[in-house]
Amino acid sequence: MTDTRQGAETPETEVIEVWAAGTEVPLFDPTDEGTQEIADHESEARLDEQFGRVVTDDYFEEAEPGGEERTIINMGPQHPSTHGVLRLQLELEGEVVRRTRPIIGYLHTGMEKTSETLTFLQGPTNVTRMDYLAPMHNELAYSLAVERLLDIEVPARADAIRVLMTELNRISSHLIAIATNGMDIGAISMMLYGFRERELILDFFEKTTGLRMNHNYIRPGGVAADLAPGWRQDVTDILDTLPGRLAGYDDLLENNPIWLERTHDVGIITAEECDAYSITGPTLRAAGVPWDLRKAFPYSGIDQYEFDIPVGKNGDVYDRYRMRMDEIDQSIRICRQVVETMPKGDYRVADRKVTPPPRARIDESMEALIHHFKIFTEGFKVPAGETYVAVESPRGELGCYLVSVGEAKPWRQHTRAPSFYNLQALPIMMADSLVADTVASIASLDPIMGDVDR
Amino acid sequence: MTDRTPTSDSAPADIASAVAITGPARHPGPEEIIPPGVVPELPEKEPDAFLAPLLEPFEGARLEDSHGQEVLRLDRSRLLEFARAAKDAGFESCADVTAVDWYRHRRVRFDLVVNLLSRRHRRRLRVAVAIPGDDPRVDSIVSVWPGASYGEREVYDMFGIVFDGSPDPSRILMPDDWVGHPLRKDFGVGSVPVQFKDSHKVT
Repeated sequence: MTDTRQGAETPETEVIEVWAAGTEVPLFDPTDEGTQEIADHESEARLDEQFGRVVTDDYFEEAEPGGEERTIINMGPQHPSTHGVLRLQLELEGEVVRRTRPIIGYLHTGMEKTSETLTFLQGPTNVTRMDYLAPMHNELAYSLAVERLLDIEVPARADAIRVLMTELNRISSHLIAIATNGMDIGAISMMLYGFRERELILDFFEKTTGLRMNHNYIRPGGVAADLAPGWRQDVTDILDTLPGRLAGYDDLLENNPIWLERTHDVGIITAEECDAYSITGPTLRAAGVPWDLRKAFPYSGIDQYEFDIPVGKNGDVYDRYRMRMDEIDQSIRICRQVVETMPKGDYRVADRKVTPPPRARIDESMEALIHHFKIFTEGFKVPAGETYVAVESPRGELGCYLVSVGEAKPWRQHTRAPSFYNLQALPIMMADSLVADTVASIASLDPIMGDVDR
Repeated sequence: MTDRTPTSDSAPADIASAVAITGPARHPGPEEIIPPGVVPELPEKEPDAFLAPLLEPFEGARLEDSHGQEVLRLDRSRLLEFARAAKDAGFESCADVTAVDWYRHRRVRFDLVVNLLSRRHRRRLRVAVAIPGDDPRVDSIVSVWPGASYGEREVYDMFGIVFDGSPDPSRILMPDDWVGHPLRKDFGVGSVPVQFKDSHKVT
């Protein structure tokens, strides 16, 4: 610590002399070289402190309190930096967090139980509310599972639309993660910018699906509707706008000494710990593991697009921020390829068992009307079986375990929520760190409590 | 469990009495068994070169094929032993722990489903362990994969399956004093007034 405190180490003998009362001339020449030097040196040190380049806090040097002085405090569930209703029991020794216990369940609404009461066609309306920042991924995992049980293949255009929507969703979700991460550490501008750019994508979602969140757009058998006219221009506009804005974020954060100081070497988790605690997504990749389900177990034809897996080195808060920025770049790359190569054709499977008849047919055919009515009231029966499908959500492995007994409703639907398992990283990240760094760790993990509690 | 005496008849203190007021569960009693064959067994599959040495010591295990995915049916007494062997064989991560309640659909009530993931070999293995409803307990695998802890706590919370040797055998999503396990099929759904922990103490 002493090397950072140069200002305080200045010898007292060099204190500037004053004009003594009663004398006719000052005791020193104001333009004296040595005096100026000292003054410059002092003001520079003060500026360093002011801008955060030098930190002179010295509570580390104080004697650590004994074990009996541990205090337990509750952080949350109403704390604004816990991103919802996460409650943490922190065991503190002075300013240092020794142990952490996440307590969850405040948002539990029994969505897996609800799934058992909804038909396979209504299922996406339910799962889309789990991870509300990545609704498309939830719908995709559920739909892929139903399709595997039904043993149907969706048309190429439906696959391409799904890839486009999920990758746009990944961008919007990562924008929120970066925005809230910035806000928690004190970069309020980042918060505003992140939400501003997300709005572009939500506008496109609204135009396509009718809703800004909870779309129920990706359904078993394809997607609910074709892309709106002019979608190509809309998406291209978004993709052209984003890179410049992302460069702006880098200007804002990468040269910001406070941001760097508060993210580097904070909340570290290693690859081995990630493996042991089932932690996936950007957190795992930040620890240096190039693992992405889009590459490992490709789905929806995502393997035909070119993209890279960004990998970090230290597994700290900064690396996780970097992962998200780089993944946005890769998602932009994928979206550009989708825009170029979007196949023509149907956007849902031609199987009449799962696809309702087109709206125009209902006006002219009684059978079509009955068919439409039956599909939306009774749903379609799915053969008995079980399957597990996982997609790479912005937070990691999002799995859907689906069991059918041959009825129109699932016997059991379980979502392997990435935020739920990733929360197990918090006690590791926060062990022996400062209280002030807890919010940085939570924000870098980007937990969605709707996903955790379901 | 805490002492819970309702202060008035109109406010049921726990979920069991709330269900009793609002009507019985939708499912009839467990004595009524659905005819066998409703849920067909999955076809058996020959283990490949990677799985064969791993499965060899477990003579009762049966590898099944579920839409191209591998499901291993295992006796519950050998789960922990298998978990250790699987970790040594390269399954470095336990992706998920969940369960299925086969209420009135199968003779053995529960299935514990453990999803294993091997990054090195880029493959998954699902382990299904049948657990009888009258003795719902199984060995915890937290000692092998610490990350299974949240999954096991959720299964205990939702299904009431007890994990022997778990370092943290507590509810995770429901309040600590909740009565019943919501994802069991005989747990009623709907028409239940919202109950808050210790609500009777407020009035």
